Amino acid sequence: MSVLVNENTRLVVQGITGGTGTFHTNQMLAYGTKVVAGCTPGKGGLTWKSDQGHAVPVFDTVAEAVEQAGANAACIFVPPPFAADAIMEAADAGVDVIVAITEGIPANDMVRAWRFLQDKNTRLIGPNCPGIITPGACKIGIMPGHIHKPGRVGVVSRSGTLTYEAVGQLTALGLGQSTCIGIGGDPIIGTTHTDALKLFNEDPDTDAVIMIGEIGGTAEEDACAWYKENMDKPVVGFIAGATAPPGRRMGHAGAIISGGQGGAEDKFQAMLEAGMHIVRSPAEMGRKIAEVLGA
Amino acid sequence: MKLHEYQAKELLRRHGVPVPPGKAAHDVEGAVEAARELGGDFWVVKAQVHAGGRGKGRFKEFEDEATLAKVVKGEPVDGKGGVQLCRSLDEVREAASMMLGHTLVTKQTGLDGVQVRTVYVTTGADIARELYVAILLDRQRSRHVLMASSEGGTEIEEVAATHPEAIHKVWIDPAVGLGDWQARQIAFKLGLKGDAFKGALKLFKGLYRTFLAADASLVEINPMVVSSDGQVTALDAKVSVDDNALFRQKEITAWYDSHEDDPAEVEASKYGLNFIKLDGTIGCMVNGAGLAMATMDIIKFYGGEPANFLDVGGGAKTDQVKAAFQIITRDPDVKAILVNIFGGIMKCDVIAEGVIQAVREVGLEVPLVVRLEGTNVERGKQLLSESGLAIIPAETMADAAQKAVEAANQASR
Repeated sequence: MSVLVNENTRLVVQGITGGTGTFHTNQMLAYGTKVVAGCTPGKGGLTWKSDQGHAVPVFDTVAEAVEQAGANAACIFVPPPFAADAIMEAADAGVDVIVAITEGIPANDMVRAWRFLQDKNTRLIGPNCPGIITPGACKIGIMPGHIHKPGRVGVVSRSGTLTYEAVGQLTALGLGQSTCIGIGGDPIIGTTHTDALKLFNEDPDTDAVIMIGEIGGTAEEDACAWYKENMDKPVVGFIAGATAPPGRRMGHAGAIISGGQGGAEDKFQAMLEAGMHIVRSPAEMGRKIAEVLGA
Repeated sequence: MKLHEYQAKELLRRHGVPVPPGKAAHDVEGAVEAARELGGDFWVVKAQVHAGGRGKGRFKEFEDEATLAKVVKGEPVDGKGGVQLCRSLDEVREAASMMLGHTLVTKQTGLDGVQVRTVYVTTGADIARELYVAILLDRQRSRHVLMASSEGGTEIEEVAATHPEAIHKVWIDPAVGLGDWQARQIAFKLGLKGDAFKGALKLFKGLYRTFLAADASLVEINPMVVSSDGQVTALDAKVSVDDNALFRQKEITAWYDSHEDDPAEVEASKYGLNFIKLDGTIGCMVNGAGLAMATMDIIKFYGGEPANFLDVGGGAKTDQVKAAFQIITRDPDVKAILVNIFGGIMKCDVIAEGVIQAVREVGLEVPLVVRLEGTNVERGKQLLSESGLAIIPAETMADAAQKAVEAANQASR
């Protein structure tokens, strides 16, 4: 078991004919993800071929990919100016899960897309994220598949490479992962830390969770408040950016401490008060999980 | 990207927000000429820098250290600052001479201050009431919020801390825009009546049009003033534009003033590097923003201080790695360098080659600790060890941070 994606996930890749889309579609197919369609407006009717000669039909619209190829999830490698529209197209076509990898989408575009998603039965992951992986079953995104190992620890993080770091530590200790969700570094994202904790809480095959936050906003505090009231599974938390100067955007558009809100220490304290385990050193995430699980 | 007041007001004016007449000037005579053209007998000369607290700020060239130290702490001091009221053209000349080419220190700039290159001359205003209004993104609700307060002229953070009940908010549905009822709701709560009520509605609507048209991340009017005859104007304006939207904001992009940014940061951005200068001694080069922040944190955890934040991004090429090295090594405070790469799509052997090439071309005068993990890690490590360069290899993040801190400490002794 796992959350959101598994061996039944049938993926359409939006932007499959571009350089990034092609590269990562190859990687996802190599990992075993069922890529059933591609979508590039104007290139419908073409067949995309993987390095291994695997053929994927390309459609003009996501709606056609859903109707004709049975896609139920979408992965977006569309450039920033067009990415919010691509998200809305996928939601309108009725896929269950949208993973938006694109970095640099204007916030105003995302405000509209987020509003559009509210009455749809679609879960958006990202944007500006590495994607989601259920090790051994399905990888949607750009993370290196080989560092993962099937198991029972959930991982949720705003960052890409820091998620790999956590996964690397777990795998090195022999601890596998149920599902790893990179929720993205932007101020407006589809799936929050709270949403991810809810999913892991309901998943019978997740025993513990690593939650990696970042300075900026109050999403981690919200997740802590929910955790305190609703969840018994252990969570190990880390917040990146304790050393960041206030008012500066630290790479991610969302990572900024402003108006005295969003500081790392407040978030660490919220985690402690909610009953989570915290690590002050990012090198200790895996070891802390092992300790908590008695593994 | 932050705009100067005069740029922000130009945008607001275009979208129907009433702003006092004003002109920007880059030299003293230009400022006097601007005042003459604006007419009247009462002007305000305002230093154009991004930092707030200009009025209470003081000039480094004209004040002693004790006074400047008070300014940085936000304590009141005597004398003239970055916003001056002038009753004659001579006073305009005097104010502009004091500001242009000199260094303004405010609560927000720190003791270093920023050089004033432009002044904005506006006509003086008749002020009966000072209010606050802003539009920004509420991350918690993923919506834009219009926020207003009857406590104008004060920083909103201060109002939030002392009189939270004085702050009124409405959240804007992007499918509908700022509703007339929402604008009325705020105007009623601010206690406005008659012409001032109507003027406020017009200003709020114009503010939202400006926000959307400019792809702003913040539009702040502090103060929004009501005159004794009920006229509403934006007396000061702060606009920040979403960096992610600059691709479609050509005119605003051209307004970018690089003078206020650190030259190293400006150069880094040309290579697609996210770089922020800090005060420590350990230079960092990391892939990914989250891991870059975490690397700074772990340096601090082991007793060191990071000299910078540097994210080389997901697909860095050799010339980017080289540029990153050049920028880091140019900082005289750097006593050791820590490279921390978790290769996903980015392969460790490619990074190793980039590092080796950069070291050979740029030279290496401080200890270099390299930690590689992920895709093709063995090949990457092998390349580093075969290079014959004095690179200190590290296995884990903790190992790398400890070695870098130790190296920096030794160099400082």
